Amino acid sequence: MAVANLASDAATEILTPGSESEAIEAFGDGTDVVVVGGGTIVVPEMSYRRLSPAKALMLKGAALDGITKDGSRVTIGATTAIEELVDLPAPIGPCAANIADREIRGAATIGGNLCAGEGYEAPRGDLQGAFIAVGATVRSAGEGGIEEEPLEDFLPKRRGRLLLDISYDEPAAGAFAGLDRPHTHDYTALAVAGAKNADGTIRLAATGAGSHGQRLPSAERGDADAALDDVTPRDDALASAWYRAKVLPVLVRRVLTDLEGAS
Amino acid sequence: MNLTVNGVTHEVESPLLTPLLDVLREELGITGPKAGCHQGGCGACTVLVDGEPVVSCIQLARQVQHREVTTVEGLARGGELDDLQAAFVRNGAAQCGFCTPGMVVAAEGLLLRNPSAGEPDVREALAGNLCRCTGYNKIVDAVLEVGAARGGGS
Repeated sequence: MAVANLASDAATEILTPGSESEAIEAFGDGTDVVVVGGGTIVVPEMSYRRLSPAKALMLKGAALDGITKDGSRVTIGATTAIEELVDLPAPIGPCAANIADREIRGAATIGGNLCAGEGYEAPRGDLQGAFIAVGATVRSAGEGGIEEEPLEDFLPKRRGRLLLDISYDEPAAGAFAGLDRPHTHDYTALAVAGAKNADGTIRLAATGAGSHGQRLPSAERGDADAALDDVTPRDDALASAWYRAKVLPVLVRRVLTDLEGAS
Repeated sequence: MNLTVNGVTHEVESPLLTPLLDVLREELGITGPKAGCHQGGCGACTVLVDGEPVVSCIQLARQVQHREVTTVEGLARGGELDDLQAAFVRNGAAQCGFCTPGMVVAAEGLLLRNPSAGEPDVREALAGNLCRCTGYNKIVDAVLEVGAARGGGS
């Protein structure tokens, strides 16, 4: 099956920035640019001819990878592989470990995971909830220049932006609870991430309860059932809205219990 | 573009956005990696890139152009199967054989980073490799046997 032999590059311009500033310039306002990070989402799209980029921006050479720590502040570059996140403290590490398999995690990037649009069968972006829970902010480029904003503000408009990095203050404690995936390559049907700050306040967020990760402020004071005031679960190929609505408070309760016991 | 596969550097002329798998199979005639699903779902095309297992259908060849690609063909030395390949034969860890090159390479990647891998490690490492004949147990046995031998010696 030589599907990809059909991949034409006659009309494709390949952009290979070597630095962050070159990447920002190459991306411009994002018009007609397809960003290739790890390639795990984009390459099959091209192989099956659902996507033929006018411009392909190869991001991996742009020195946008790596995890840096400055005190409790953690900054993760956009092309850092998901496998690199697996050993980070909860909720990030366990959430990353729950994504696909080793081969995919080694290639797929945090930027691709956070920015991916919805898939054909279910929402993508397994990491979104965990990073919302830790109150992460993202730095992105595009029309209007570089912007820095909370992840939950960035997600609805991510399509036209180039994510550069994401940072957050390591919480005092974190917890993650997700549904088991029927197969290692399935996206997460539903997961809840939580973080507890030094002052005892808690932030919760869900992945899989909507088109992208969403914070669950109503449940943050300890009422797990109130999570359903914040999100409206939907039907898709992975799970029904009914099932998600039943399970969401269960996952929230597990996360709250873990956070309670954590300190 | 140059591509180094199994220690040999090739000049590659495939279109710029061709997946690594297609360059290997269609242009270079290296057919160990199998084209199963072409979307990262089955693991039959797994190769090592600098020792790390990757699914070659969802990587572009140009993403790995300055790195060392190893396919199942690159594991044998001087026409002799390596210990892992031999263990697959000994354990009957192949039925139709389509998944076998990906299984062997993914397992090799595991043993490179963790020579004394236990059964949960092996199952986790092979989670992305599908065997539609469902011969998983013998595959796991083969990898564990080699892990015990390699890990025990270190």
